[in-house]
Amino acid sequence: MRMTRRSLLAALPAAGSVPVALAQPRPAAAQGATLTLLNASYDPTRELYRDVSAAFAAQWQGPPAVRVNSSHGGSGAQARAVIDGLPADVVTLALAYDIDAIAERGLIAKDWQQRLPHNSTPYTSTIVFLVRKGNPKGIRDWGDLVKDGVAVVTPNPKTSGGARWNYLAAWAWAREQPGGSDAAAERFITELFRHVPVLDTGARGSTTSFVQRGQGDVLLAWENEAHLARAEFGEDRFDIVHPSLSILAEPPVAVVDRNVDRKGSRAPAEAFLRFLFTRPVQEIAAKRFYRPREADLVAANRALFPELRLVTIDEAFGGWATAQRTHFGDGGSFDRLYRPR
Amino acid sequence: MSVAIRPAVAEAPWVRRFVIGAAVLSLALLLLLPLLAVFTEALRRGLAPALAAIVEPDALAAVRLTLLVAAIAVPVNTLGGIAAAWAISKFDFPGRRVLVTLIELPFSVSPVISGLVWVLLFGSQGWFGPWLEARDVRIVFALPGLVLATLFVTFPFVARTLLPLMQEQGRAEEEAAATLGASGLQTFRHVTLPNIKWALLAGVLLCNARAMGEFGAVAVVSGHIRGETNTMPLHVEILYNEYQFVGAFAVAALLALLALVTLLAKGALEWLTGRRQGVETP
Repeated sequence: MRMTRRSLLAALPAAGSVPVALAQPRPAAAQGATLTLLNASYDPTRELYRDVSAAFAAQWQGPPAVRVNSSHGGSGAQARAVIDGLPADVVTLALAYDIDAIAERGLIAKDWQQRLPHNSTPYTSTIVFLVRKGNPKGIRDWGDLVKDGVAVVTPNPKTSGGARWNYLAAWAWAREQPGGSDAAAERFITELFRHVPVLDTGARGSTTSFVQRGQGDVLLAWENEAHLARAEFGEDRFDIVHPSLSILAEPPVAVVDRNVDRKGSRAPAEAFLRFLFTRPVQEIAAKRFYRPREADLVAANRALFPELRLVTIDEAFGGWATAQRTHFGDGGSFDRLYRPR
Repeated sequence: MSVAIRPAVAEAPWVRRFVIGAAVLSLALLLLLPLLAVFTEALRRGLAPALAAIVEPDALAAVRLTLLVAAIAVPVNTLGGIAAAWAISKFDFPGRRVLVTLIELPFSVSPVISGLVWVLLFGSQGWFGPWLEARDVRIVFALPGLVLATLFVTFPFVARTLLPLMQEQGRAEEEAAATLGASGLQTFRHVTLPNIKWALLAGVLLCNARAMGEFGAVAVVSGHIRGETNTMPLHVEILYNEYQFVGAFAVAALLALLALVTLLAKGALEWLTGRRQGVETP
């Protein structure tokens, strides 16, 4: 349908009936084809990739012209969809574990994380607290979340990538406290989830619960999601609290090898991912509240991205495969510690 | 000793008023209020933003897709439903009861499962996935998957609306037609169809409403590709999740309007036909 209209437009000037300026086809339209890349991403990146995709299409030197379409959902659900045949050219997910799951089925080369700079992670984020304006419950650090009368909103770690980062950040903090240990962390997590009235399935669902429906006193959220909620719903309604320690969330990206090779879209797909590490996208990322990889951009936006101690999944938990098995698999720590109220 | 027989309709006035009041109140609370809320939210910032959300390319694509899926699923299920109801009510064959149960299966299965079965059959890891992939045929995460999921979920509507009526009507008229030498098709056209047309219309409309409104099954097979595999209900969810509340409610209002138009069309059709034939509509 779209195609027909374009070729019609291209044919019109030949008939001499339309001013050339109006119907001047772009080079790719003359070729008659626009290649559409599909980016399977996770929930909170909608706004980010709307900007990035437009910027990429604008600077791409065809032919063919390239546009980037995207599909968003829970990170785990998106990985599952790609495994089941969603024709994604690239995946930009919340955690490496989900891309590993796709790689395990042979759709992506096993060494995917070494193919791009910074462990294939073009931007990072961390876990922060979003509280009501003026911080009425006086929440400064993780320990304050388990004070009497504090209700915490966080999604379900079984279904949400963001929730797993929340969980591990809390665990890492408890273990780092004086006299801390895994046993102490277990006690803290048990206590923390006693303060969680309900678990939403995804990060965006939790944000909506906290912001729109007014549930809870504090939302454990991606830093980018917390800033976005303030920007959307009013800086006069919410404050962001950075705890003393949090986790370095690295949402990685990869080309889906089998899909791009079938479709013949490897060159633009790889170019799109390389583009994510360039200055223009790093600037977009900062504008959309993701911590850029380029240090000077982080420094220039210190108000958005204050310094705090960040532990990585590799040093604190021995990588995603181990963390997933220990904490979120069947019979993992979450299953043992969480008791629905 | 005489027994006073009180007719059922002669309840005390306060009882009648109470019952009618309760019915009206629950209708207003459960049906009208949410509908009103949808339209109010959609027009919260005036007509222009609401219209802008509807004519935006992704929204238009969602509207087109929804109508296309319904345009395929509803006729197919209408034919299938008539055939099933006709076979079950007018003929004896082994397995009739099994067929009745099968028709109701989609009602008892969760919509999520109704979507997942197609992924299990036609997904890359599914039974037929590799075979289809080798031939570049895409079923799930594309139009065919959306149609299949919708077909499955909406199959019972026509058959279930027709069955009780056709069973009650019995076979006498069809048997009379047969003894007069009418063919199967003639019997159906001149005897069966006129008897069932109102029930059929009701079934088709229900089927259509559900086909356009289905969320669960379609969400599983959609893949959520913008402008390509998002139907209207999925688009509403996406807008809502992107904090575009006016847009979400504007598209939801359009979806509700489509349903209202179908209902009005049904009413108008019944009224017109009823008047022309001088027959009282049921």
